[in-house]
Amino acid sequence: MGNYFAIENLKVNYKTFEGEKQVLDLEHLALDKGETFGLVGESGAGKTVLALTILRLLATPPGVIAGGQIIFDGEDLLGKSQKEMGKIRGRRMSMIFQDPMSTLNPVFTVGEQIIRVIQHNKKVSRKTATQDALTLIERVNLPDAANIMSKYAHELSGGQRQRIIIAMALSCGAEFLIADEPTRNLDVTIQAGILKLIAQLQKELNVTVLFIANNLGLVSVTCDRVGILYQGMIVEIGTVKEVLKTPLHPYTHTLLNAVPRSKQAKIDLSQVGLMGKLTESVAGCRYYGRCLRKVERCRVDAPLLTAVDGTHLVACHRLHEEAV
Amino acid sequence: MRSFIIRRLLLGVLVLFGAVLLTFVLTRAIPSNPAAMWVGPRATIQQIKAARVELGLDKPLYVQFVKYVGNLLKGNLGNSLRSHQPVAKELKSALPATMELVFLSTIFAVFIGIPLGLISATRKDQWVDHLSRIFSVGAVSFPTFWVGLFLQLIFYRMLGVLPLGDQLSTNVKLLYTIPHITGFLTIDSLITGNWVVFKDAVTHLILPGITIGLYPIGLVARMTRSALLEILGEDYITAARSYGLPERMISWSYALKNSLGPTATVVTLSIGYTLVNSFLVEAIFSWPGIGSYIASAVVCLDYPAIIGVTIFSACAYIFLNLVADIIIALDPRVRV
Amino acid sequence: MKTNILSAKAITPRIREFKLSLFLLNRNKLTRLALIIVLLLVVIAVVAPLVVPYPTHIDRDNNPQAKLLPPSSHYFFGTDELGRDIFSRVVFGTRISLETAVLAIALSLLIGIPLGAIAGFMGGFVDDFIMRITDIFLSFPSLLLAIAISAFMGPSLKNAMLAIAISWWPWYARLIRGQAISMRERQFVKAARAIGTPPLKIIFGHIVPNCIAPVIVQASMDLGGVILTLASLSFLGLGAQSPTPEWGLMISTSRNYFLDAWWYSFFPGVAIFITVLAFNLLGDGLRETLDPKTRKL
Repeated sequence: MGNYFAIENLKVNYKTFEGEKQVLDLEHLALDKGETFGLVGESGAGKTVLALTILRLLATPPGVIAGGQIIFDGEDLLGKSQKEMGKIRGRRMSMIFQDPMSTLNPVFTVGEQIIRVIQHNKKVSRKTATQDALTLIERVNLPDAANIMSKYAHELSGGQRQRIIIAMALSCGAEFLIADEPTRNLDVTIQAGILKLIAQLQKELNVTVLFIANNLGLVSVTCDRVGILYQGMIVEIGTVKEVLKTPLHPYTHTLLNAVPRSKQAKIDLSQVGLMGKLTESVAGCRYYGRCLRKVERCRVDAPLLTAVDGTHLVACHRLHEEAV
Repeated sequence: MRSFIIRRLLLGVLVLFGAVLLTFVLTRAIPSNPAAMWVGPRATIQQIKAARVELGLDKPLYVQFVKYVGNLLKGNLGNSLRSHQPVAKELKSALPATMELVFLSTIFAVFIGIPLGLISATRKDQWVDHLSRIFSVGAVSFPTFWVGLFLQLIFYRMLGVLPLGDQLSTNVKLLYTIPHITGFLTIDSLITGNWVVFKDAVTHLILPGITIGLYPIGLVARMTRSALLEILGEDYITAARSYGLPERMISWSYALKNSLGPTATVVTLSIGYTLVNSFLVEAIFSWPGIGSYIASAVVCLDYPAIIGVTIFSACAYIFLNLVADIIIALDPRVRV
Repeated sequence: MKTNILSAKAITPRIREFKLSLFLLNRNKLTRLALIIVLLLVVIAVVAPLVVPYPTHIDRDNNPQAKLLPPSSHYFFGTDELGRDIFSRVVFGTRISLETAVLAIALSLLIGIPLGAIAGFMGGFVDDFIMRITDIFLSFPSLLLAIAISAFMGPSLKNAMLAIAISWWPWYARLIRGQAISMRERQFVKAARAIGTPPLKIIFGHIVPNCIAPVIVQASMDLGGVILTLASLSFLGLGAQSPTPEWGLMISTSRNYFLDAWWYSFFPGVAIFITVLAFNLLGDGLRETLDPKTRKL
């Protein structure tokens, strides 16, 4: 499984004036071609850092890639030069960002921006690019494409902007899409439309999607498999059904408990929002401080991801013992 | 946009009026004797008295002011107390020389300063950046007049390759007829195909040009660098990279266009500095421009000339600010 | 004990912030160098008359036999046309330049801050009126203003300082005005108004202290520019007068001699350059430290 895209032992640090802090410590993450994988974590867990690292867009001071591999279709992305990455970005891998307003260049019309991307990546004439752009805009369910093209970012609504960005990201045939919380800054009513669009395009173009979110509920609707990220570490991976029905990691339990359900009288939020900031590398499990099921071993020995049930993996000492 | 420009223009006129008033009051308050100057050193009391009437100095201040403004609107800046020539005419003939310096320094600022700042920002903390930052900060720390003097010392006295000052060498002035179409020596000699004069004019432009251009280059480079650093950190730049756009396009097109606002402001600022510095440079290189004109006017308290130059420079500043404001308003996000 | 915890919580982030700023300022080698030079200059300015080799040459004695001598062990920077030791005069010039520059900026802050704060806070007609006045002053290059003032009151160092102060205050007024405008919509200002605090007290008690920081930074960055302007004015004869050992004036006097006596123009010029450079670098470092976007964590 997962020979299409895999991350192995990725360690990313940040240089601060208080020293070098570990931001990502991803043991293992693998995607199949054509699947939609959801990555869930609280704010600050390292989701955007991961997204940027995959595309090698992380600002390298202060970021430091301290080791690991990111395999995409047989090649290690970490070993490539920026020039080589430039050929991959846009054409094979692409990204959608959180805030559509800040992702669009304010002094160019949105049409101009799409046209340039198409022109450069597909090496076609401006006329062809303009045609393609118009088609694309209509494809993301924005009627009156010609009018939209002549507008500036600040003249469009949030939903319109995000659709334009999706159009731009998929304009040149990218086969791998990273969606970094694409609906975070949109009204709830617009969110559904965007999610539907992404799902629709994913099916039509057979795109592999890495969907990053801070909301388990969101991911459960849109994705096939899901991974839980805590302080830069993956603590659980599995199919959506597995993780939601039989969560193994204590943190996953917490996340699930935090989702309000209509029949529930009380919601236990005591453990939510306490993830805390970047810390030094700890010897034991990172979840030790908040864990309700910890033992002595957890303090000194960091657990590794182990398969509990075929596709379901978890990084926890207690559950491994229990399963055994 | 049109109403914006009109509004700004009206404001400019208002400001100009205030400037004229201020200057007028200041110069009339100077304890001098313009009538005596008008008539000359060997005048009798009678002649001085007559001159006072002729110049309208016996009338109350506000009458004088009204008359002055009236004349201004007709383009009459009065007559110089020394030469009895219309100030407007003298200014007009002194202007091109100063304009040559101003143009030169603006060209330097835009075509050297902006690329320097851009390269510095895109290669932050590499040796190119360090070098360019040292150069820029040095360029704005040198006193202009000292740079001029030292260039003269090195290139004239020590190396003997460049002239000491003035626009043309004396023998060229004597041997050739100097073309006078636009008033710009370089352009005129180029148009008339007079290569000797052209070469001479260019040689004489080099030292003053470097002297006056140094500060603007440094200023613009620094500002462009900091504006671009901020822009390059924005999300849309990262996004543009994620779509595979090449660095070259991102720097020179995407990023630069966003920096139009602050860049325009700083270029206008630098032109303003140049206008002021041109006084200094003209003094050192005996350059026959407005700076020299006002320098000699100040010494003899030739107040029509002083006011004339002041109004001119106030106009120039107001115009420059207007241009800068318009460029800033070109940003589609700005609602005018 | 509750108060202790609260105040401890309030102080710690501030101390951290301050330590961070100092650390960052210090980290950049250039800024550290600039800081050292500036401190050195201040020290020199203070102790100048006590340490120069020829204190009387500063503004009293002449020594016509030793005129225009090149640099030597007797006269480190050589002598000028009146035989005075250039080294002593240049060193003393530090005091003159720094003192006058600081005074000029202080004066322009004194004028600019109140005017800008009032304009920003009051808005409406008062704002427009004050802004028009700033525009008028801004349309005068400081040089022209200096010419006018020195023609009016006679050229002197004091009048040059006045001219600079008068031409500089509009920048600070504008700066503060912008800050004041954004401040007046803030909650704490609205609260103060709601309980009836008189406007002047709001302006000077609440608004000004909160937006004075960028102005102070700007002012310290401007020190370099002011020193340059001062030297330029003196060069043109509109500032310091003989025999005051002001750097610009020295260079101006040297014009008649420098082609053969290079040291006469060289050393005062280098003094100006180093001083202005140090302040500019320091200003750069300050700006980088205080702007979180350009900070390299």
